[in-house]
Amino acid sequence: MKFGVVVFPGSNCDYDTYYTLKNVFRQETVFLWHKDRDLQDVDCVLLPGGFSYGDYLRSGAIARFSPLMRELEAFAASGGFVLGICNGFQVLLELGLLPGAMLRNKGLKFLCQFVHIRIENERTPFTGSGRKGQTLKIPIAHFDGNYFVDPEALAELENNNQVILRYSDPAGNITEEANINGSLHNIAGISNRKGNILGMMPHPERASESFLGSDDGRIIFESMIQACLSRRSER
Amino acid sequence: MIDKKTLDEHNLTQSEYELIVKLIGKEPNITELGIFSLMWSEHCSYKSSKIHLKKFPVEGEHVIQGPGENAGVIRIGDGLAAVFKIESHNHPSFIEPYQGAATGVGGILRDIFTMGARPIASMDSLRFGPLSVPKNRSIMEGVVSGIAGYGNSIGVPTVAGEVYFDDSYSLNPLVNVFCLGIAREDKIFYAKAEGVGNKVLYVGSKTGRDGIHGATMASAEFDEDLERKRPNVQVGDPFKEKLLLEACLEVMDKNLIVGIQDMGAAGLTCSTAEMASNAGTGISIDLDRVPQREVGMTPYEIMLSESQERMLVVAEKEQVHSVQEIFSKWDLEAVVIGEVTGGDRLIVKAEGKTVVDIPVDPIVNLCPVYDRTTRAPEDLHASHDLEIPPPPADLNPVLLRLLASPTLADKEWVSRQYDHMVQVNTVFSPGADACLLRLKDSRGGLAVTLDGNSLYTYLDPRTGGRIAVAEACRNLACVGAKPLGVTNCLNFGNPEKPEIMWQFKEVVEGVAEACRFFGLPITGGNVSFYNETEGVPVHPTPVLGIVGAVEDIERTAGPGFRSQENPIVLLGRNLEEIGGSEYLRVHFGQKAGRPPLIDFELEKRIQDFCRESVEKGLILSAHDLAEGGLAVCAAECTLYSPEKIGFTLELEDDIRTDALLFGESQSRILLSVEDSRLDSLMELARRMQVPATVVGRTGGDRLSIHHRGVQVLDVPVEKAYTVWKNALPEILKNS
Repeated sequence: MKFGVVVFPGSNCDYDTYYTLKNVFRQETVFLWHKDRDLQDVDCVLLPGGFSYGDYLRSGAIARFSPLMRELEAFAASGGFVLGICNGFQVLLELGLLPGAMLRNKGLKFLCQFVHIRIENERTPFTGSGRKGQTLKIPIAHFDGNYFVDPEALAELENNNQVILRYSDPAGNITEEANINGSLHNIAGISNRKGNILGMMPHPERASESFLGSDDGRIIFESMIQACLSRRSER
Repeated sequence: MIDKKTLDEHNLTQSEYELIVKLIGKEPNITELGIFSLMWSEHCSYKSSKIHLKKFPVEGEHVIQGPGENAGVIRIGDGLAAVFKIESHNHPSFIEPYQGAATGVGGILRDIFTMGARPIASMDSLRFGPLSVPKNRSIMEGVVSGIAGYGNSIGVPTVAGEVYFDDSYSLNPLVNVFCLGIAREDKIFYAKAEGVGNKVLYVGSKTGRDGIHGATMASAEFDEDLERKRPNVQVGDPFKEKLLLEACLEVMDKNLIVGIQDMGAAGLTCSTAEMASNAGTGISIDLDRVPQREVGMTPYEIMLSESQERMLVVAEKEQVHSVQEIFSKWDLEAVVIGEVTGGDRLIVKAEGKTVVDIPVDPIVNLCPVYDRTTRAPEDLHASHDLEIPPPPADLNPVLLRLLASPTLADKEWVSRQYDHMVQVNTVFSPGADACLLRLKDSRGGLAVTLDGNSLYTYLDPRTGGRIAVAEACRNLACVGAKPLGVTNCLNFGNPEKPEIMWQFKEVVEGVAEACRFFGLPITGGNVSFYNETEGVPVHPTPVLGIVGAVEDIERTAGPGFRSQENPIVLLGRNLEEIGGSEYLRVHFGQKAGRPPLIDFELEKRIQDFCRESVEKGLILSAHDLAEGGLAVCAAECTLYSPEKIGFTLELEDDIRTDALLFGESQSRILLSVEDSRLDSLMELARRMQVPATVVGRTGGDRLSIHHRGVQVLDVPVEKAYTVWKNALPEILKNS
């Protein structure tokens, strides 16, 4: 399958995501420069983590104006798979492709540590190879990961099974202690209504090789590869 | 012509001034004086330290570049090189903790990528005054936020470091930042303005008035007038630096440039003069072409500004356009501001007039080298006299008190603020003595560590210097790494005082001896003098940064116990040494005695043995004994183990119990092994003539030690964990 990793000025995890897809999962992977208008026929677009535009104004606020984002919007509208990780999630929120916003972590400090997340919905292109209720040990690294959305939108997300991942304890319990950044309903990752776009704060590319501390992140990429394969064979 | 007041403001002595006049053949104008003020400052010229730094061993078969360039370069195989260095940013961090620390990170990063290396990891060594003082808490908060803010944003993981607390740092915090990068061995770039007629380009951020006289500030003690020094602190923009990094690496990768130097201390002045001097050429620039973000800046201000995120690049005329295209892609300025000339002068023009016209050599190379008087402090012998108090009856509260003391307590409050995983190279090992980084597309990796016990150095500078090297190497041995090269940051008080200069000389000689013994080249580093306020100097503080290599990253060990009922083996000998220990300091409030003995031969055998055991997969965990001695080391092995597995030790040594538990005898490492491997391990130890004793077993939920059959320590793991984990968050949440 062919994956595209978008590069904004200030993206940091672009190379990590590229390396993981290319070298760990052996997928054809290309970089997509933010000023270009060509998505190079990829099956899936990834918006990586980092500090695009230095987080000036708000995280992701400026990146959304990049020329490539117009192509991304069209790609997403037609059902293309899009994964936004950390800053990538923030860009998707600023683009309005996902509802809500990120506030500063409740402890008012940057947090870099392993956390556990629970798969809430396994019927998505990003979690298809996993089980509902399965917990994954994946690291976070962010200052603004406190997910917020108004009560109506929140109810909609829950009712439509758009909450895909939640912070949990290792046993899979959704607790306040597990909610390290204060997100509403322990939300760690959400999808759009159609389910082809996922935004998640934890970094699966940092948990795809065991010596890095965990390889639970593999499930996300394996699911995506499978989803792309199924889609291609349907054509 | 220039009066004494002006000279004082520029930190130049009368005799230095007279020498300048003689060397340049005229009285300098104010801009030229400013240039000498910076370049002849202690920070830039190393005038007090040069004579001693010559004693460092700098040769080695893997050394590609030793001291003298922006960073040291060591060959690591597969056509790659490790580029690394440590720098201090002490004075700015006291004035403005966040920006002082942030720009310290920015500066060292530039030193690395200016050589053509992509930075892959940072570490920092931080020293603060006691946290009971609110100002020290606020400095710590600011410094840690600053390092995190800059490092995280630019995407270089801050993977390790150390934090120490002591009175002597109260008005003089130390912020030493280390950076490691990887380059292709055949693609290293140097700060040389070669090729007469080649163009000189200014790239990066615009120049403002920030940081003017930053270098001079770092070359003087602090007094009460601190607030006024705030404009001397530079302001950093990590996003700009990230763009700069990518653009620079791209033009280097495409071989479009001839030389490059970052504009750090002394900005445009230093970069132009040094690049010309290194190439034996002259340089001529026009300040009207320098991008400026303030109006009405004078030549003095432009030449002395320490605005961040700027580089000076030399390129052939034909390549200028391509260079500018790449910088433009990254939305950065790249302006031709001058050219390389024949001859040997630095010529600076502004508004059509020549404002600086002086020979390069005096600026860079002819600052007087001082052989300052050295004299051992009078009270040194007194401090060696140690009236050892009787040991406390109950050692349980002593251990808990040590674990809760800020120097030994859990540092997660700090490390969690740093993105230590970006670039997906960090091999996971909580509490590891050295951080292991994998090299992509290779089985091998690099290990990095920072170390330097300043209490030992205060009590006996030479021994302190020797131990600093030994201990850093020991850290590497615990993860199975072989040391390759050393960088060092030497932090001292006022060198014009004979006692301080004596400390410096002794430390340098101690470090040099140790490096020579272990066959380690020193590839560069930094000297920071004048860490002194109102006459109170910091403890002499050498911080050693060592880079090592492992052949297989899967063959490594961390400090945490891995499973129940594993034999615990202690390498080395337990001597009755309490002098200079954290125990003596924390429990008895004394900084006295002599530091522990260091036996290089024994140390080397133990390190070689430990490394080999790790490589052969003979051990489950390894942790070296340092501050707090055996009891604290073993407790850490429990606290860093994911399941918090306790231990029981049975010790027979015929020495005082408190010395046995908390003394800091050197060259000791604590291992845990599987039963099935124990015999092989002990056999190898015998062959390698390493003292190795089975001292107990892992298991249970208590930290338990028996001495000569009597239980002397019995602490529940949960209790130890709670005090250790909560100490820093508790103290800092009130700030």
